[in-house]
Amino acid sequence: MAINWFKYSSPATFYPLAGRLAVWFGIASVLLLVVGLYMSFFVAPTDYKQGEGYRIIYIHVPAAWMSMFIYFVMACWAAAGIIWRTRLSSMMALALAPTGAMFTFIALWTGSLWGKPMWGTWWVWDARIVSELILLFLFIGFMALNSAIDDARRAARASGVLAIVGIINLPIIYYSVQWWNTLHQGATIKFSTQGVQSEMSEIMLYSMLVMTFACWFYTIAVVMTRVRRIILEREGNSTWVKEMLQEER
Amino acid sequence: MFGALKTVILRDLTLAMRHRSDVLTTLFFFIIVVSLFPLGVGPEPEQLRAMAAGVVWVAALLATMLSLGRLFSDDYADGTLEQLVLAPQPLSLIVLGKVIAHWMVAGLPLVIMAPLLGLQFGLSGDALIALMISLLLGTPALSLIGAIGAGLTLGVRGGGVLVSILVLPLYIPVLIFGAGAVESVSAGMGAEGHFALMGAILIMALLLAPWGAAAALRISVE
Amino acid sequence: MAEWFAMNGHGLYIWGSFGMAAIFMIAEPILVRNSHRTLRARMSRMIRMNAGSE
Repeated sequence: MAINWFKYSSPATFYPLAGRLAVWFGIASVLLLVVGLYMSFFVAPTDYKQGEGYRIIYIHVPAAWMSMFIYFVMACWAAAGIIWRTRLSSMMALALAPTGAMFTFIALWTGSLWGKPMWGTWWVWDARIVSELILLFLFIGFMALNSAIDDARRAARASGVLAIVGIINLPIIYYSVQWWNTLHQGATIKFSTQGVQSEMSEIMLYSMLVMTFACWFYTIAVVMTRVRRIILEREGNSTWVKEMLQEER
Repeated sequence: MFGALKTVILRDLTLAMRHRSDVLTTLFFFIIVVSLFPLGVGPEPEQLRAMAAGVVWVAALLATMLSLGRLFSDDYADGTLEQLVLAPQPLSLIVLGKVIAHWMVAGLPLVIMAPLLGLQFGLSGDALIALMISLLLGTPALSLIGAIGAGLTLGVRGGGVLVSILVLPLYIPVLIFGAGAVESVSAGMGAEGHFALMGAILIMALLLAPWGAAAALRISVE
Repeated sequence: MAEWFAMNGHGLYIWGSFGMAAIFMIAEPILVRNSHRTLRARMSRMIRMNAGSE
């Protein structure tokens, strides 16, 4: 079974495929969200230490995972776009960034709402929180650079270089922040998710996984739609776009 | 090959010496930012001593970042950069030369000035030496990493503000270890570990940043 | 029901978290979809206009 993947690397063939993918992943994501939310709120038991408030992790952890995963995928697409000069790769990187930034923000927001009842404070300068904040800055920088350059090809390649520099830096930033945090252990607030994870019951883990997959499929659906718009924007003058739009009339 | 490096450094230094006020502006910016903090926070010596390293380092970050605009923009405006991109010498080497010259003009004065500012904040002698060494190791890394951002935003509208969004998050490790070194000396512990880590960051930046900045310049000039 | 929504005193935090996530995750697809459709409609209108003038 040799599928010719390169066939789909041209925007003309990818555009209709992306439309179908968006629909299917959108439906799958809604179904998974319903199941995941039901599991998170009605099946998963109340945590005996943290009460009902712990249920925030069912959105917080998937959002945090997705934010990091999306940055990684975005950097890979950006690198592919620079190495092979494929137009579609850069468009994918550009389409991923806003959703990545959104999940980063949700992770920060929900983390803050978790912190208030659990630790009694909205914000802690904890290593993980600070790293997540920096990740948000990196996403914003990527999008800002992209929108500041008018020439689409130059914008794609410049922001691609930035994404690669960011992904090389990310581990260094993460470890330096973690190390900084251990140095400044002023307020002794222990991260209790660690405890939750080790003694987490299977049902909690499953609900979290279902929610993560729901977020993942959601991302695919949204990104596919966004990449369709970017393709139309960039390829507006090509013949295939004109023929396609003429046919549908 | 090193001839080319030397030529680029000497050329950029000569150009910088013709616009001496630019150099001084960066330095005065650094001094003013540091001097503003006691006015904002209050004159308690204990508090000032505790925050001295962080304040000086953040000011150094901002001063370096502001001076990044000059790194390539003049050459870009008069077309020299296109010639440099087409030159037979590797572009990353030329970029390295320009970054070294930039550091000598923008970074080195900060290193020399920092102990004086540290004195104003009541730092001890050991801490002042640690501050100088940390800046000596850190500011070249700042110039190197910043060169990538400067290359990417070349000729882009709103480039000055944009470069800060791109570059400042990448400066965070240098800031953490730099300020940490001074703090750990103040607390009576050695700072060898910090200096080793900063040295590692500097070496990594030396190996990777000229290459990244050269790629950025090629994209911008093309 | 009201008791369930109160979540043992943690209702504000839980619904604040899930509510904000819901707002974003509902708004984003709608916005993206609309902007794609608008662009597509505008482009096919342009093509029709050009075809008519020829």
